[in-house]
Amino acid sequence: MGHNHKHSAPLPETVLRVKSLESLLVEKGLVKTEALDALVDRYENKVGPRNGAQVVAKAWSDPDYKARLMKDASAAIAELGYTGAQGEEIVAVENTPDVHNVVVCTLCSCYPWPVLGLPPVWYKSAPYRSRVVREPRAVLEEFGTHIPDDVEVRVWDSTAETRYLVIPERPEGTEGLSEEALADLVNRDSMIGTRKADSPEEAA
Amino acid sequence: MDGVHDMGGMHGMGPVEQEENEPVFHGEWEQRMFAMNNAVSALGVRNIDESRHARERMNPGKYLSSSYYEIWLDGLVRILSEKGLISEEELSGEVPPKPFTGEHRPALTADAVDPMMDKGATYTREDGKPASFKVGDRVKAKNIHPSGHTRLPRYARGATGEIIADYGLHVFADSSAHGDDDPQHLYSVRFTSRDLWGEDGHDNDAIYVDLWDDHLEASND
Repeated sequence: MGHNHKHSAPLPETVLRVKSLESLLVEKGLVKTEALDALVDRYENKVGPRNGAQVVAKAWSDPDYKARLMKDASAAIAELGYTGAQGEEIVAVENTPDVHNVVVCTLCSCYPWPVLGLPPVWYKSAPYRSRVVREPRAVLEEFGTHIPDDVEVRVWDSTAETRYLVIPERPEGTEGLSEEALADLVNRDSMIGTRKADSPEEAA
Repeated sequence: MDGVHDMGGMHGMGPVEQEENEPVFHGEWEQRMFAMNNAVSALGVRNIDESRHARERMNPGKYLSSSYYEIWLDGLVRILSEKGLISEEELSGEVPPKPFTGEHRPALTADAVDPMMDKGATYTREDGKPASFKVGDRVKAKNIHPSGHTRLPRYARGATGEIIADYGLHVFADSSAHGDDDPQHLYSVRFTSRDLWGEDGHDNDAIYVDLWDDHLEASND
């Protein structure tokens, strides 16, 4: 049942309590049901890791855009129309053959919503939060990501309102691909740093 | 506070378990919990740091055995109760709901959701405490254990690192959770894995932590 285990059904009391809280807030005029529906729709259907994948694909294809992204990520990301809550101050960190970046929030669940949507359960879980600052390589192996000893691992702990976006390495054999095709190679976890971007074969 | 939420470096939490094709929400109650928390933000009755501090004060045993949105539920009820918007008795139906007469902005409308979420909040400030440090400085994270909210994680306290970026004047979360903006410089501080974990660290790992001016002191190490 714990949040370090697989997600399981909540207790009936929890579901009931959430319903009671909504009813109470609506009755007091503090919350409108339609606004809750709109919030759910926004984060379930409109804002997700596809946004971040567009940013990465553009950075891979356009050196000028990449330069702007590395200098002021929030502004460069806003060029593509992605702004807002939990992404007011974004910093892009780039993976290279010598450096591998990975992001965590050890204190809670800070995550760049405008580019990645809402975080997966594992990102907010006790095992990830406790371990990735201490033994990042072991955690990455659990994602199937092997980092050689001579590559530097940088772990970014989002303790303030700065949100980090990892720009994964561009896979080999993708020289002729369009931005659209490149975006298909950028999986969510590659922008957190727990995985690499997909090869064209993996994405097919 | 030295709460159970401050998990960086703790042992015994087990493997990271991933869910294949994980949905954004696991059921309607998570949708409503997420949405309520954001809708309440529009009222302007509590800030993000107060909200985090409310979650940190969940019973530690319950925190560890709860799913994420259960922690949000606990925190939201706690902060709204403390601010006088709701009461446990109203929530359980023991007493009828009373109107909230405190100051607040109007309830969020459906049309205002996208503009509000697109805009986000502002955590930077024009004026505040002058910077005590600059990029390249060696700094030590203070050994502090405040009972209130702090964004200085336990694992970094007492460790020496290097300032690699100055993000400028920001609202100080530790103060903001208790009603004071206290703007000061926010830095990215690089700690080597050896600085933090000694023999258990790795020669080629580094941990970057965002820390405020008041979290740091000069170091000659």
